[in-house]
Amino acid sequence: MKIRTARPDRGQHSRPRMHCLNKLEAIVVEMQDPKSGVRGVEQKLNITIIPHVISGKDIIAWIANKMKTPPEEALAFGTMLVSYGYIYPLHNHKKLVMCNDTSLYRFQTPYFWPTQKWVAEDVDYAIYLAKRNIRKKGVLEPYEQAHYNHLHEWLNYKWDFIVMQATEQYKAGKERKKPDRVVFDCQERAYWIVNRPPRRTHSAMDCGPDRLIDPNADEKITFDQYRRMNMFYQQAIMRSKVKSSVSLGVLVKYITTYKNHDPFLAPCLPSNPWQTDTDTYWTLNMRRVDIPTKMRVERWSFGLFELLTDLRGRDDFKIFLKKEFSGENLAFWEAAEELKWGTASSISTKAESIFKTFLAPGAPRWINIDGRTMGLTVKGLEHPHRYVLEAAQTHVFMLMKKDTFFRYLKSPVYKDIQKKALNPAPHNFSAAQLEQNAQNQNPGIHPIILWKQEEEEKVKAAAASAPVDIKAVMSKIDRRNRDIQ
Amino acid sequence: MCDQTFMAATFGPCDSCGKTGPLMNIYIKNEPVNYCSFCVEVMAYRGLQKGETLETLRQESDTLKKKLEEERGKLNDVELHQVAEKIEVVGALSIKTRRVLKGHGNKVLCMDWCKDKRRLVSSSQDGKVIVWDGFTLNKENGVSLPCTWVMACAYAPSGCAVALGDGLDNKCSVIPLSLDKNENLATKKKSVAMHTNYVSGCTFTSSDMQILTSSGDGSCALWDVESGQLLQSFHGHTADVLSLDLSPSETGNTFVSGGCDKKSCVWDMRSGQNIQTFENHESDINCVKYYPSGDAFASASDDATCRLYDLRADREVAIYQKDSIIFGASSVDFSLSGRLLFAGYNDYSINVWDVLKVTRVSILFGHENRISRVCVSPDGTALCSASWDHTLRIWA
Repeated sequence: MKIRTARPDRGQHSRPRMHCLNKLEAIVVEMQDPKSGVRGVEQKLNITIIPHVISGKDIIAWIANKMKTPPEEALAFGTMLVSYGYIYPLHNHKKLVMCNDTSLYRFQTPYFWPTQKWVAEDVDYAIYLAKRNIRKKGVLEPYEQAHYNHLHEWLNYKWDFIVMQATEQYKAGKERKKPDRVVFDCQERAYWIVNRPPRRTHSAMDCGPDRLIDPNADEKITFDQYRRMNMFYQQAIMRSKVKSSVSLGVLVKYITTYKNHDPFLAPCLPSNPWQTDTDTYWTLNMRRVDIPTKMRVERWSFGLFELLTDLRGRDDFKIFLKKEFSGENLAFWEAAEELKWGTASSISTKAESIFKTFLAPGAPRWINIDGRTMGLTVKGLEHPHRYVLEAAQTHVFMLMKKDTFFRYLKSPVYKDIQKKALNPAPHNFSAAQLEQNAQNQNPGIHPIILWKQEEEEKVKAAAASAPVDIKAVMSKIDRRNRDIQ
Repeated sequence: MCDQTFMAATFGPCDSCGKTGPLMNIYIKNEPVNYCSFCVEVMAYRGLQKGETLETLRQESDTLKKKLEEERGKLNDVELHQVAEKIEVVGALSIKTRRVLKGHGNKVLCMDWCKDKRRLVSSSQDGKVIVWDGFTLNKENGVSLPCTWVMACAYAPSGCAVALGDGLDNKCSVIPLSLDKNENLATKKKSVAMHTNYVSGCTFTSSDMQILTSSGDGSCALWDVESGQLLQSFHGHTADVLSLDLSPSETGNTFVSGGCDKKSCVWDMRSGQNIQTFENHESDINCVKYYPSGDAFASASDDATCRLYDLRADREVAIYQKDSIIFGASSVDFSLSGRLLFAGYNDYSINVWDVLKVTRVSILFGHENRISRVCVSPDGTALCSASWDHTLRIWA
């Protein structure tokens, strides 16, 4: 009986898609080919003989040959075959890994292969455990016993059915020949280890939380989804696009520019902290160093955004702007960023103070933007929202990017810092020194402390650079003159 | 830059209802109009008009899709490997495990670096979230959440808080960190986001004040942390959204998301509009990540491929695949220059791809269960991988 509700079912019922199963099955079928597959031998178990047993070494050699991979990759692939349940180990059956030695494995019967469509059901698991219990009491492992007790409680209403099925299967099993019975038991055991793994076993069927969408169901697209798609396609067709040669050229240029700054491609100076256990690289590149490193200064020249994101670079740029008496552009940009990314409740107060400081006619730090943008912005400020300053901010940013930034790079401020910048010599530690470094790792300063310091600095800077309010000074002089008179 | 073309028209009064706000640029009968997101929804849900059936809509959709492919094809004048011919090959890399972070009692599902380049936060299936100093292996803070499957975690840009996405609670919360190791941080947890299904990814924007979340209910949303208010929601995926990433570029107004509907979508954060969509994968997209310049992004999927998409040319430019790799890729990240692409797979290994030459440079073995996340540190000095084998590894 299903209880139907008016609201859509938002439960997560579907297992994630297992896209690799088709390819895996094809490979496993090939492996079992009597002529070109993996070589099988017979294993003697007391008096019974188990056919079609394969050794780990042979499997890995076959995989390496077939897929043209080095042995390590083949080993990883072999482990995956075991963890999905296509091959199971005969000894040490709880560890689902492939070993590159003489340990023995067998192919799992296709009946027990993993599938996308059917989940290994709890009822089947209960039947399996009950069957093992019937055969011999006390043979269940602790984790299996825990599962059994749990299922006994939850499936109690079906327990008669489960016990009946278990007894039937047990009787049917007794009628099989001994080698077949041993093989079937091993297969069944392997199947349940993969689908109900014990605690320290890594099984690939353990695939994470269920999804909302069912990968087995056909996708049904409703009419409103089609309408949305059509609106999207129309808009996408009309969008301006760039030729591949141009945009790919830009990607390549980016890589070439940053090549020497990538620690995976070029060595860090003085050394990569993770490799030598010394954090000199980080201390030299901290937020408020007096003298930055050469690499850092070089990076500032790559683009205005690089310069501004590195706060030390931004400080240097501010020094330059102060000399040029054009600090209001950057101050406006910073204020607009704070408005955009700040809390929703502070938007109106921030907008007001920005208007008074930068945009009002006769404002102390009036920014020079074109009439149209100014008009749009001022109108938007009547009902301020988060993105009200976008147009003005972009205009100011473009101005800085196309003009001020290049003047900065040619200025004595920049050239001076380039000359002064540090070029640390690469570290050359002996093994004993590396050992020592590992013992004396520097804990560094906690980001919370640094953040508090930053906030204090900001408050100080704001107080120091507050523009002199001419009107207040004038009125003070007036009042004083009046008092004298 | 693409954002420039949207600049002037994106704000103002809606052409349909007149309310002022961020607008989507759409076309009705080939005429450009600017509607607010509510009016767009209303238009989409409007009952079938005369002469319109599901079939006619579907045919229109197919024709438009073909036209879009044509337009994209017109500008396809060169392939990536041709442009990259003159670039020298990447030398042999010697990347080794430098740290193994042990301490989680169950699968580690997600991790994120702090901007100070050494601290990181990780979350696991047993509901524990740990803030580590990766350099000294010190566990600085630990939070125990009542729910399992904390599938998403993010470090705040200031370093003073972390955000966590609950897989079963459907919420995303922000927890302020403290210098006191023994303080019970769970009491200071603040719920910010509320979805109708599991939260699969979360990230802070440029400040601590906003978070962007993606959810199994097919939507993404932008939230104000202080008030818990929903600022913008993004609808367009037809299945679970598994991952998202914010653009690192100077315009910083877009983000990309990837989901179980095999699509990756680029969104405008201001108006909620879906700007670009790419439908090349053959299976669920597990992870999307922007290229460091913001002009491209990579996606990792269950079809065992990673693909690179160029945003300005609006097309897929490279597929990173090999016949011997058949297990799904769960996570990707670029190195600092964008030359290397690190991809973590479900076969317990990490493949390092050369982005330009589209070849594999190296494989990193070491984990004993599938890799759930790979993340390069903010200064590019190290790679951290989180895995279902209960550990995290730092490689350099």
